Amino acid sequence: MFQMIKRAEISKKESALIRFSAIVLAFIFSGLFILLLGHNPVNVYISMFDGAFGSLYRLKETIIITIPLVITSIGIMIAFKMKFWNIGGEGQILMGAFGATVFALNMPELPKVALLSLMLISGFISGGLWALIPAIFKVKFGTNETIITLMLNYIAIKWITHLQYGPMRDPNALGFPKIANFSNNAILPSLFGVHIGWIFAVIIVIAISIFMKKSKWGYKISVIGESVDTARYAGININRVMLFSMFLSGGICGIAGMIEASAVNQTLNYSISAGYGFTAIITTWLSGLMPSIIIPVSLLFGGLVKGGNFIQTAFLIPKAAAQILQSMILFFAIGSEFFVKYKLKYKKRNNNSDNVKESV
Amino acid sequence: MIESFLYSVIISGTPLLFATLGEIITEKSGHLNLGVEGLMLLGAVGGFGIGFATSNPILAIFGGAFVGTLGALVYAFLTVSLRANQVVSGLALTIFGTGISSYVGTIFVGKKMPEVIIDFFKPFEIPLLSKIPFIGNILFNQDLFIYLSYIIAISLGVYLYNTRFGLNLIAVGENPSAADSTGINVTLYKYVHIAIGGALCGLGGAYLSIVEVPQWQDNITAGRGWIAIALVIFASWNPYKALYAAYIFGGLNIIGFRMQNLNFSQNLLDMLPYVVTIMVLVGSSIKKSKNNAPPKGLSIPYFREER
Repeated sequence: MFQMIKRAEISKKESALIRFSAIVLAFIFSGLFILLLGHNPVNVYISMFDGAFGSLYRLKETIIITIPLVITSIGIMIAFKMKFWNIGGEGQILMGAFGATVFALNMPELPKVALLSLMLISGFISGGLWALIPAIFKVKFGTNETIITLMLNYIAIKWITHLQYGPMRDPNALGFPKIANFSNNAILPSLFGVHIGWIFAVIIVIAISIFMKKSKWGYKISVIGESVDTARYAGININRVMLFSMFLSGGICGIAGMIEASAVNQTLNYSISAGYGFTAIITTWLSGLMPSIIIPVSLLFGGLVKGGNFIQTAFLIPKAAAQILQSMILFFAIGSEFFVKYKLKYKKRNNNSDNVKESV
Repeated sequence: MIESFLYSVIISGTPLLFATLGEIITEKSGHLNLGVEGLMLLGAVGGFGIGFATSNPILAIFGGAFVGTLGALVYAFLTVSLRANQVVSGLALTIFGTGISSYVGTIFVGKKMPEVIIDFFKPFEIPLLSKIPFIGNILFNQDLFIYLSYIIAISLGVYLYNTRFGLNLIAVGENPSAADSTGINVTLYKYVHIAIGGALCGLGGAYLSIVEVPQWQDNITAGRGWIAIALVIFASWNPYKALYAAYIFGGLNIIGFRMQNLNFSQNLLDMLPYVVTIMVLVGSSIKKSKNNAPPKGLSIPYFREER
């Protein structure tokens, strides 16, 4: 029989080793899968890597995918810190993009800086309000947020689809159901060959790290996540913190939406969120809810997405291979947490039940 | 007109029914499995693939259930044996199922189910029952897969409330350490019922790909798995109530399509199932009673050593 023993403490090296082996195992396991489905896993991995980082152009493309991932992950991280399971990133991205689009289409002649600032603020507020809906239900009635945030994703998709096919359809698009392209003033400029969304991402990471670590509000959020009871004893107004941080969480996702609409798509459509809201759940979890780790993890996953697209076009290998790989990494990472917390000890089955629990 | 609408409601409610039943039995063991969407997709691609390859309808059904079971076992290993966070494990399962189904599904894009199987799942009347006025034709002139769903819903109800195993399961979900001390094998109960739940979710997906559609589409479930999780709450963890819960939402699913000539945006009507799901969740959290509360041990990992 195996017996679980709680580790008193674990060295950083040991826990890093466990987590690293989890990722390696994930690659091996997905490799077996890819092999079973008739492709050579080594080739698939090499071409994925090549497709994601193989040239300066490809690296730039990967960074363009990484930007919304980083921003959305930061947004989701704030909610996760409170153990508020915000899986509505997709919807918040879409509504943020919608908020930005309203200004982009109605005031196209505004000076660039003014228009972009308005779009940014509007994107933030729209995403934030969308995330406030589940928070209000949770605070008022104790409604489980997981499913509500998810349902709001679908509602947001239907809403944008409705706009695209109905009220906001571009009459000049020759019957093609699309929303009009943004004017030049509504498009984010580039710096070093990549749109300046990357600067936004860096600023958000730094600002939120400081906010979470140094500010009173950030501290309150962590306390609520650790234990609602403790927070209550400490006199924290849980409802207010929850509403505020969900607004912030959704607002940051909304900024990702604004960036995607303005810089990448240069218009609004219902597929603008491109699964970032879901992928960000993985990256947030894998980063251990630490803002500084979110950047490298998002780059890895941005690479997986880009590499996945590459093998699809280059080798006709379905890009879902990348999705399988992502979920495998997540499976193994979740599983490895157990080995970080517990040791397994082999023990012959006997009736001696002493020693079962090691005091910590 | 009404009759033909209700007839299609049963069909569109059936995948939801299977998945809701699957999630009920899973949650009764104390595990919130958010991987229903992934399990349904696994079942859909498993059922379709095996049906397509063998042209055998029975094997296709079993294929869907089997693949769903495998997926659920991964979740069970993570959450039961490794005590992993159930929310994240479930999400991982959904991403996994979506990935696998769309990877494997690329072979089947645009392919139809073999005629043999489509014929096998043609509606047929059940003698006597189908002669009941009005509801007879709606309920008892359906296909074999739907009859299977009635049988499973009722047997699960009987199992849960009228057998020793079912009552033990409820004990495991409510208070695992108490159940453990009466000699119930908690781990085994959790594994078995998570696996059964996976099989049922798999059947839900398989119904879509084998009978309802019946040709392959990427992401064929389109969020039904998530609605099923909400339906569990709507049905207050009761397999009998799952029947009407699933059919109400089956109706909402097709109402947009049915009303498309009414000059009202179909996309807005398509929001209905999701909006109503939210209303149901909020409604049920406002009036919390003893009878429709979740199992007390739901989503709390059980450590025997820390009893």
